[in-house]
Amino acid sequence: MRLGLAIDLDTCVGCNACAVACKQWNASGTTGPLTDYHPYGDNPSGVWFNRIRHYEVDDYPNNKTIHFPMSCMHCEDADCVSVCPTGASYKMPETGIVLVDQDKCMGCNYCAWACPYGARELDREDGVMKKCTLCVDRIFDEQLPEEERQPACVLTCPAHARFFGDYDDPNSTVSRLTRERGGSQLMPELGYKPVNTYLPPRERAAVPVHPVDNTTEQASLLDKIRNWANQAIER
Amino acid sequence: MHPALSVIFFTVVSGAGYGLFMLLAVAGLFAGLVVAEMGITATVLAVVMISIGLASSTLHLANPKNAWRSFLRFRSSWLSREAVFAVLFYLPALLYGWAWWVEADTNSLWWFILSCIVFAGALLTVFSTGMIYACLKTIRQWNTPITPANYVFISIMHGALLLLCLYLFIVPQPVARQELALVALAASLLAGLMKMVYYGWIGKPAGPSINTATGFNRATVRLLDIGHSGDNFLTHEFSFVVSPCRIMALRILSLVLSFIVPIIVIAVMLNGAWHASAAALGFVSSLLGILIERWLFFAEAKHVVNLYHGAQRT
Repeated sequence: MRLGLAIDLDTCVGCNACAVACKQWNASGTTGPLTDYHPYGDNPSGVWFNRIRHYEVDDYPNNKTIHFPMSCMHCEDADCVSVCPTGASYKMPETGIVLVDQDKCMGCNYCAWACPYGARELDREDGVMKKCTLCVDRIFDEQLPEEERQPACVLTCPAHARFFGDYDDPNSTVSRLTRERGGSQLMPELGYKPVNTYLPPRERAAVPVHPVDNTTEQASLLDKIRNWANQAIER
Repeated sequence: MHPALSVIFFTVVSGAGYGLFMLLAVAGLFAGLVVAEMGITATVLAVVMISIGLASSTLHLANPKNAWRSFLRFRSSWLSREAVFAVLFYLPALLYGWAWWVEADTNSLWWFILSCIVFAGALLTVFSTGMIYACLKTIRQWNTPITPANYVFISIMHGALLLLCLYLFIVPQPVARQELALVALAASLLAGLMKMVYYGWIGKPAGPSINTATGFNRATVRLLDIGHSGDNFLTHEFSFVVSPCRIMALRILSLVLSFIVPIIVIAVMLNGAWHASAAALGFVSSLLGILIERWLFFAEAKHVVNLYHGAQRT
């Protein structure tokens, strides 16, 4: 198995619901708590497994706002695992999920240095590294109804922009979506073979733009004077 | 990268200690060059420097009670290898000090084997320290063979300067002072040259960009919103910004203190002004300069996470 997420950058609206649901579930999960520092202070901060950034891609009139949720990519060649000196970081052999054994971590930050995606955050209160578990304490829980055995972020996404599944199964939703939508991984040149896939925005016809008439050849004398005055007078 | 002062102190001071061991192991092979009193003093000094450094390095751990576990992943992690080498090194190091104490025969085969083990152990430990940084593909300023070369050469330079200093202070008839000074001069020149090569190397843009980081390779990508209102672990650890002006000033200061001052001091001594305190000045100046150099090594390193925070290149 090679479990991971597919994230649709076309439909993601950047609402942060996935990050909040993640925080809610994992704060009381196996790697909880996700400590908040000064939650009611001037500069609130804390541990999050999922962060959403916002980018503008291309220039006007082809520009598009992209909301970009990022969590652990559960890389196949995860350097965060191989650089860990204590053996606290490990990759589950059956599922490929990358986890941190909270009892073994010594909080040296080295795995966070090795991660290109900023997926690992140190909990200063507990003194250990914490990261996305792909809700490992949820997806295999047979007490839950089968349709709820998915990561909290996927279940909660109101835009249906997140999908969970097995990339080793060519017929799974994530494999099919990646194939059909031309999904790609982030920073493949580093060779970590990240599992999570990002589906690019769909091709759309350009939004018709009313052409602005800048020529003043046919304009009347009054318009010419008005234009000249508009340009000459500083506001 | 955020410069962790405990790690900077560790790499510089322990590095100098390991360098002293390397040079002492070689110098001890030449009959009559190192007297027993100097051998003991140098060993004690080097062990103290290494120990202070190692103790300081544990200060940056958030959960030091699990530090003993860092010996367990020798097969994959350079940090683990460094920890193992550093601890194992105490065995030959103390044995070597004991051999000086009992004034063992420096012409014997055992002495030669022990010297080789001490030299190789110190070299391996410093090399592992460099590889901790050099193996990270996420930081292009570190991910180069020049990084461990810098660590090793600087360590050897400090060892040579310190050995010359001890030699002038302790040995009553310093007959080999010229040879030791020439070794220190060559080591300083080589270390300085290697550092200049490093600065040239990292000056060239390379590696991932904001386009490969986001997967949008055929258009410009700009950050609209970073998504968090305050500081967090990622910004604290990876977004350390220093103005290029200050970087340049610190580079010059560190190059002068680390390499140029010791080279001038040795040149003056070679012309006849043999003062032990001058040699000490050269070493202390170099130690301060390398502390700045190590701070810059962190401050100039740009982790690829910065691409997600809006940097176009690392």
